Amino acid sequence: MSTLSTTINPPRNGAAPMYYCREEPHEHNGTLLGFWIYLMSDCFIFASLFVSNAVLGVRYAGGPTGAEVLDLTGVAWNTALLLLSSVTFGFAMLQIRQNNRRAMLGWLAVSGLLAAAFVGLEIHEFVDMIAAGAGPGRSAFLSSFFALVGTHGLHVSVGILWLIVLMVQLARYGLNPDNIRRLRCLSMFWHFLDLIWVGVFSYVYLVGVLR
Amino acid sequence: MIFFVAMAYIVGLMNYVMPLQIGSRDVAFPFLNNLSFWLTFAGMVLFMLSLFIGDFSTAGWLAYPPVSELQQSPGPGVDYYIWGLQLSGVGTLLTGINFVVTVVKMRAPGMTLMKMPMFCWTTLCTSGLIVVTFPILTAAIFLLSLDRYLGMHFFTNGFGGNLMLYINLIWVWGHPEVYILVLPLFGVYSEIVATFSRKPLFGYASMVYATAAIMVLSYLVWLHHFFTMGSGADVNSFFSLTTMIISIPTGAKIFNWLFTMYRGRVHFTVPMIWTMGFLFTFTIGGMTGVMLSVAPADFLLHNSLFLIAHFHNVVIGGVVFGIFAAINYWFPKAFGFHLDEFWGKVSFWFWQIGFWFAFGPLYVLGLMGVTRRLSHFDDPSLQIWFVLAAFGAFLILLGILSFILQIYVSIQRRKEYAVDNDPWVGGRTLEWSVSSPPPAYNFAFIPQVHERDAWSDMKAHGAARPTEGFNDIHLPGNTSTGVIIGALSIAFGFGMIWYIWWLAVLSFIGIIAVAIGHTFNYHREAKIPADAVDRFERNVDWTATPSEVTA
Repeated sequence: MSTLSTTINPPRNGAAPMYYCREEPHEHNGTLLGFWIYLMSDCFIFASLFVSNAVLGVRYAGGPTGAEVLDLTGVAWNTALLLLSSVTFGFAMLQIRQNNRRAMLGWLAVSGLLAAAFVGLEIHEFVDMIAAGAGPGRSAFLSSFFALVGTHGLHVSVGILWLIVLMVQLARYGLNPDNIRRLRCLSMFWHFLDLIWVGVFSYVYLVGVLR
Repeated sequence: MIFFVAMAYIVGLMNYVMPLQIGSRDVAFPFLNNLSFWLTFAGMVLFMLSLFIGDFSTAGWLAYPPVSELQQSPGPGVDYYIWGLQLSGVGTLLTGINFVVTVVKMRAPGMTLMKMPMFCWTTLCTSGLIVVTFPILTAAIFLLSLDRYLGMHFFTNGFGGNLMLYINLIWVWGHPEVYILVLPLFGVYSEIVATFSRKPLFGYASMVYATAAIMVLSYLVWLHHFFTMGSGADVNSFFSLTTMIISIPTGAKIFNWLFTMYRGRVHFTVPMIWTMGFLFTFTIGGMTGVMLSVAPADFLLHNSLFLIAHFHNVVIGGVVFGIFAAINYWFPKAFGFHLDEFWGKVSFWFWQIGFWFAFGPLYVLGLMGVTRRLSHFDDPSLQIWFVLAAFGAFLILLGILSFILQIYVSIQRRKEYAVDNDPWVGGRTLEWSVSSPPPAYNFAFIPQVHERDAWSDMKAHGAARPTEGFNDIHLPGNTSTGVIIGALSIAFGFGMIWYIWWLAVLSFIGIIAVAIGHTFNYHREAKIPADAVDRFERNVDWTATPSEVTA
């Protein structure tokens, strides 16, 4: 092959522009952007589950309807707990600026406990429903209900586990840049789950009782 | 072929070429990249295991219910399918996130978005599509597994299940998926056409907008896979129109490639003839696609061999030809020696002619009413077309063998075929500015970009590669976490497939534990000292044999 040789054009007259950076590049920080994109992709998982609920939500197959099995009082408590935990997580994040690790750990613990109470109440609700014969295998409506609410609950549980690990790391290594970055990611995750819950609450429960 | 040949190859290609083209040393999240690879690998292992232990799914490549439900497919086959795809799907999703951030955040100074090489644009758009579609695949298969494992009723026949929900969900992923496959290869063709026409790409901006338009439109056409579902004339019209519209940006691209060649100094190298074969083949495939997009016509052609001919026309003409073009184009960069031209051309011609012999007759057969997935068709008057198609398949086999021979011959003659940094001479983008193969750190100094086609610009101004004053280079250190999580995922998937619950639970806990353990490692960087960089960069002989060019 005759074309396999290098011919670099000779420099033109006048100063050539710089073509290489002599200095090492700055550290980029793409983690927060990457985590945002991850959350948006997670949004699509929830979107698929919402769609399933929209399609299958009235297919009771002779089983219980939404109005019969959905407990709005319980879910009001659940909503309050989760939204409150978002507020307390916000308080924890404010401590980054104060550089107050002790207060931060305190607020994180409160957020974790509120979320744990949320998951506990949800499990209680599930157990009650299954005991009453309204388990996920009863009808397509109940399948879509358990899949959507359960996936959200699973996300919250993962968030709690992450929170515990991060609290250990904060206690051991302090508020270093790595930990602050992780806190910001967890914070986004926490608020994101809140947002999804608002959708679950208004669509699956409120609309579910009506239709 | 789609999941573990085309996807794996294309993700690998983007992984290799994109950081070099944007003048970066690595992707944004190196560990995540490693983990993605091993998760894909784990999915592949599960797929392959089904050949030896148990059997594989017989429910088709998209596992439509109700055939894929427990009643009709009680064996482990569909479970192999589910867990193989779930693991590799997570890997692909993480890769998509990784590449979007890499392209957005890590371009060399001066490389604005509109100065990026075309391949990086297509990588960005494909990665964006991966981020918005793979979660839907994950969700659809997750719901199918809930049906199978927990006795739920999403897609079952009874208890209110709706199988069309699955088919809609899977194609909301599935149609963008074919664009995920073909967009990066559109980028490949763009690079190759410009390089071998010795001209800048014609209509760069329109190419970018066309790519972005395809990215958006590909999300709005999925229902054309089942016009016969019975969703009514309004819905069918919408998807019919969007399907027709998507051919417009694609057509614009074809013209851009043709105009790049027009009045160029076209060099008929192997990558270039694959590209020209693509232009010819893909255009015809695109036109039959527009025929199929007409919903009333689709009622006749649905599930016929006409459809089979159409999608092989675009997938082989677009994706497979592009893969061969890309292998021939970047092989010298990756290995330091070029591939044999003679066997490359032989392979191309067998493929090109074989393709038309194999799939041309299928158009005829489809129009005559032959449906797909038949082992036998009882009409002697049509037999001749089947024979012709079989002959075409034989020619393609010769094409495949020639390709293997091409690799073999090239490895034998690697000393003779050794190349320097810019083997095609007309290389226009930054990957041709570094040695072949590139050092572990890619760029000793990050390039400063002024123009589109940065390496052409550097050559035109005689930019000299610096040979002194090197700095320490920080790269991610080695870690075995990715491999371990991959191995545990195989154990987890295997436990789930065979209902070995203790194995599934233990390996799942193991995955979580290893992942948490990994977060306690705060020092993940390794350093390549300046004198090692110096030693390598000084001694790079631009015509060195591959064995000498290793970092």
